[in-house]
Amino acid sequence: MEQPILDVSDLCVSYGKVEALHHVSIKVCPGQIVTVIGPNGAGKTTLLGAVMGLLPHTRGRVEFLGTAQRDIEVERMVAAGAGLVPEKRELFGEMSVEDNLLLGAFMRRRMGFRDERETMEQVYATFPRLGERRGQRASTLSGGERQMLAVGRALMGKPKLLLLDEPSLGLAPLIVREIFHIVAALKKTGVAVLLVEQNARAALQIADYGYVLETGEIALEGPSDDLEDDPRVIESYLGLGGKH
Amino acid sequence: MGPRVVLAVFLAFLALGPAILPEFYVTLLNYIGLYGLVALGLVLLTGVGGLTSFGQAAFVGVGAYTTAYLTTTQDLPAALALFGSSPWLALAAGLLVTAAVAWLLGAVTLRLSGHYLPLGTIAWGISLYFLFGNLGFLGGYTGITGVPALSLFGFELADTHHFYYLIWAALLGAIWLTGNLLDSREGRAIRALKGGTIMAESMGVDTARSKMVVFVIAALYACVSGWLYAHLQRFVNPTPFGLQIGIEYLFMAVIGGAAHVWGAVVGASLVTLLKQWLQDWLPEVLGTTGNFEIIVFGLLMIFVLHRARDGLWPLLAKLVPEGAGERTAVPAAEPLSRRAPAPAGTVLLEAVDVVKEFGGLVANDRMSITVKAGEIMALIGPNGAGKSTMFNLVSGVTEPTSGEVRYCGERIDGLEARRIAQRGMGRTFQHVRLLPAMSVLENVAIGAHLRGRRGVAAAVLHAERAEEARLLAEAARQIERVGLAEHMFAQAGSLALGKQRIVEIARALAGDPNLLLLDEPAAGLRYLEKQALAELLRKLRGEGMGILLVEHDMDFVMGLADRVAVMEFGQKIAEGVPEEVQNDPGVIEAYLGGVD
Amino acid sequence: MDLQIALLLGQDGIVNGAVYALLALALVLVFAVTRVIFIPQGEFVAFGALTLASFQAGKTPGTLWLLIGMGVAVAAIDSFSAWQSRRPRRILQVVGWNLAYPLLVGAAIRYGAPQEWPLALQVLFAMAVVVPLGPMIYRLAYQPLAEASVLVLLIVSVAIHMALVGLGLLFFGAEGSRTTPFSDASFQLGDLMVNGQSLWVVAASAALIVVLYVFFERTLYGKALRATAINRTGARLMGISTTMAGKLSFLLAVGIGALSGILIAPITTVYYDTGFLIGLKGFVGAIVGGMASYPVAAAGAVLVGLLESFSSFWASAFKEVIVFTMIIPVLVWRSLTTHHVEEDE
Repeated sequence: MEQPILDVSDLCVSYGKVEALHHVSIKVCPGQIVTVIGPNGAGKTTLLGAVMGLLPHTRGRVEFLGTAQRDIEVERMVAAGAGLVPEKRELFGEMSVEDNLLLGAFMRRRMGFRDERETMEQVYATFPRLGERRGQRASTLSGGERQMLAVGRALMGKPKLLLLDEPSLGLAPLIVREIFHIVAALKKTGVAVLLVEQNARAALQIADYGYVLETGEIALEGPSDDLEDDPRVIESYLGLGGKH
Repeated sequence: MGPRVVLAVFLAFLALGPAILPEFYVTLLNYIGLYGLVALGLVLLTGVGGLTSFGQAAFVGVGAYTTAYLTTTQDLPAALALFGSSPWLALAAGLLVTAAVAWLLGAVTLRLSGHYLPLGTIAWGISLYFLFGNLGFLGGYTGITGVPALSLFGFELADTHHFYYLIWAALLGAIWLTGNLLDSREGRAIRALKGGTIMAESMGVDTARSKMVVFVIAALYACVSGWLYAHLQRFVNPTPFGLQIGIEYLFMAVIGGAAHVWGAVVGASLVTLLKQWLQDWLPEVLGTTGNFEIIVFGLLMIFVLHRARDGLWPLLAKLVPEGAGERTAVPAAEPLSRRAPAPAGTVLLEAVDVVKEFGGLVANDRMSITVKAGEIMALIGPNGAGKSTMFNLVSGVTEPTSGEVRYCGERIDGLEARRIAQRGMGRTFQHVRLLPAMSVLENVAIGAHLRGRRGVAAAVLHAERAEEARLLAEAARQIERVGLAEHMFAQAGSLALGKQRIVEIARALAGDPNLLLLDEPAAGLRYLEKQALAELLRKLRGEGMGILLVEHDMDFVMGLADRVAVMEFGQKIAEGVPEEVQNDPGVIEAYLGGVD
Repeated sequence: MDLQIALLLGQDGIVNGAVYALLALALVLVFAVTRVIFIPQGEFVAFGALTLASFQAGKTPGTLWLLIGMGVAVAAIDSFSAWQSRRPRRILQVVGWNLAYPLLVGAAIRYGAPQEWPLALQVLFAMAVVVPLGPMIYRLAYQPLAEASVLVLLIVSVAIHMALVGLGLLFFGAEGSRTTPFSDASFQLGDLMVNGQSLWVVAASAALIVVLYVFFERTLYGKALRATAINRTGARLMGISTTMAGKLSFLLAVGIGALSGILIAPITTVYYDTGFLIGLKGFVGAIVGGMASYPVAAAGAVLVGLLESFSSFWASAFKEVIVFTMIIPVLVWRSLTTHHVEEDE
């Protein structure tokens, strides 16, 4: 197998006394869509937060692009080419769609790149609805448009790895489908995706490989086609008991 | 050597002080006592209540100027003549004026975010300073001279040594009163402020009132200090009541240790002695005169906030072994009266067509649920389905846009959380909100807040011990009921998360509810802890309690609940017994999602 | 009062109000980005004015020693952490800005005889000495407490205010100073005599407000600051570090403070402790704006200036009392329009 773009091994994260992640190991290879699915409260958001450096980890190792990240800092992860689309979107509500996108290129501008206009046109081409609303405040967008803006903003940084936290959250099925189509299409541009989702079916459909996270531990993993038919996935969600 | 011995040695030193110390040190101790009294108020306000004030010097000024004016002015208007006839009556007048001013300042700032009170006190401190300096009848910047000496039972306290005993009696008295207050129902309500407004209000505490109580008490201590100062100095001018001195008072409290009454004494001593020494030493070193000690104080303060945010007292307290003073037993007391239990099967909670919109977003769309006495109802749904919003609507944290919430037939939507608690609904929090430094017993006793009546006046004098004993006994009973008797006197923060969640349930039970609202009680618990929690909830159900559970953990919910309601996109998509819900295709779809 | 006096008072009020408005804007900015209530803002007004006055009096300003001292402290701390995380280029950058820059400025002042420089160059160097103190103070005092509550940050601000007032006394002594006016011209405007320096103050304040507007609306870094104020996590995910935003907002706030001091120094005698009351009046404006709205804060500050100047005519002894009591009705109004008890943090 080729060198993974992201290699997380034995990661543990605690909130005070509560250990939210126990010895989690995952890998994402270039051009792959990898999904981490699991019920609410399984620790999926925590995993992305720790990988990105928003949360400190107590144990384990995060290797991004072949470099081990000691004391991961968000800014350095962004500079190295990781882009996180957070669960809560975290848009700049009182600023225009265009300014939100422009800030997505903040780190690239700092690093001396001047191609944000081009990238912005590509984002508008991917999400024509954003182009129509470029002057509008982000806070006035609908739920689906906000999610598109959050993804578009992350793409402005031209990430090598896109981390998506529950992009389907609170969205109607039609919009979920649209967003997942776009995520699937990203793969063709060479971006690797780590997709954290509760919506297991949608996620497994576009992913190459999947992990099932349950109460902070990887309960199952495998190629997504295998997981799609695995009854244990449903059990881990709806608690039918006898999971082992 | 236990704390009692240390206290006895300290008191003996204080009692003998004037006999063995040179005059200069007695004077210094007088000032430490005066400053300590003001700092004590700030301990209560800042360390305990989580508020702060830079304007305490102005309250000292009110106390000093009131007595100076009343006791030196001839021909007072008739209404004031009585107050002017004795310094002790002038003290009463000063306390009244101070309480009124503090109440007014509190009324306009305490409902706003926490930083408005300190900003308000800065403005107040400056205004009052200029007012003192410019009002003709207060003597302008030269001030008022000829303030009479105090006399006590006909004995004139004219010299430093006599005054020393009065000052320290006042300070030790205030420490005693403060200690009493903190160890009471009202005191727990004040300490609960640090657990967040929502928690305190949900336990029935009127947080605006509790904040007002500490602010007014802090101002009154400052006023007494000012009154003592005026009669010690025998004259007043505006200088000691300016904003800068107000800031120094806060430094004393923070450096000494704002969370403990003795921190005030430590801070006042340290700052006073340091100031004395720096005022001699710095001008020599720097070769020019000026109050350069403020540079050192400023830097010291920053250092303390960086490195020892709790101040010096906790560091000093470590030197003294723990011992007496910690509670180890709960006295037996007559049980508190209980509300009438609801017969099993009666509808307790009923939400009808509740809608909640945030901006354009509909978080809850015509949601209806009921909870009956003696049943466990679970509310589940994927992330972002609107469960938390529903929980907040029912518990009074937010108001619905439309629809009705009824409790035992009475409309409760729009009521404040504490009024809902009063009607017999208890709740826990998703992120445990206990006060980690307080004992389990005291934490649980906060939940019984509404079952006591006695106020601040009774609390400071400990005249409410009978009621307090009943409240503590009730708290102890609830702790036993949930099976945590062995941890009753442990610090809540020292318990594992699973036990902390159960302490929260005991706290809710202490309010004698008929309905319990539990917000993700199983989150973060280990398997055995979940088992224990489920066992407890079954037991409570058996005793006729209605329970509404918002939960993620399916194993936990499905094995426990009598009925389950499932939400998605703010709406209820299914309701029924666990087996029905588990096999409902719509529910499976909602959880696993479906994209064709 | 006749029209003549009213116009005169109005002019005074607007001149002072313009300065308060600048300070109010800086306070709102710092609070929005860092949650720091920047009480020491006023000290930098005095530092700006008195540093310039020192140049004109042929003295080396004490603020230069403060700059070098704090530079050494920051360089030591930051180089150590850069060395620990093995980032040698960062050490170079840290030492350059915090050691080499202050020493270069110091050398220019010690050996360049600033007394004979043209006014513009003196102003430039006064700013060059005072403004970097902002980010340095952020680094030393606030950055280690970035996650602390607003209350703790406020107490730190007050502590810094105390320390800086003491240092101001040490550096500049108890006597006040005035500086050379930017312009000696005066104009007749109807019945009103307008002096050149007043025009300078109003024009420079207005220009600065426009510059700030352009900065926040049109430039990437201005937008990055706004983004941090709106959503800190979102901003971090774009690579906008909280520390960078904090330092930048302190740089702007101290710059605005120092410039305000330089503008008013020719028309009022500035003492080492003058800045505090000036800064607090900016504060009253900022509170009127609820610490959140820039235009309302600026308007409130101008109102403070007018109130001050008219009350100095009617009841000059009580003008401070009147100005600071003005926040009471504002707080009452805010309190009445707030329905629920606000939850902190």
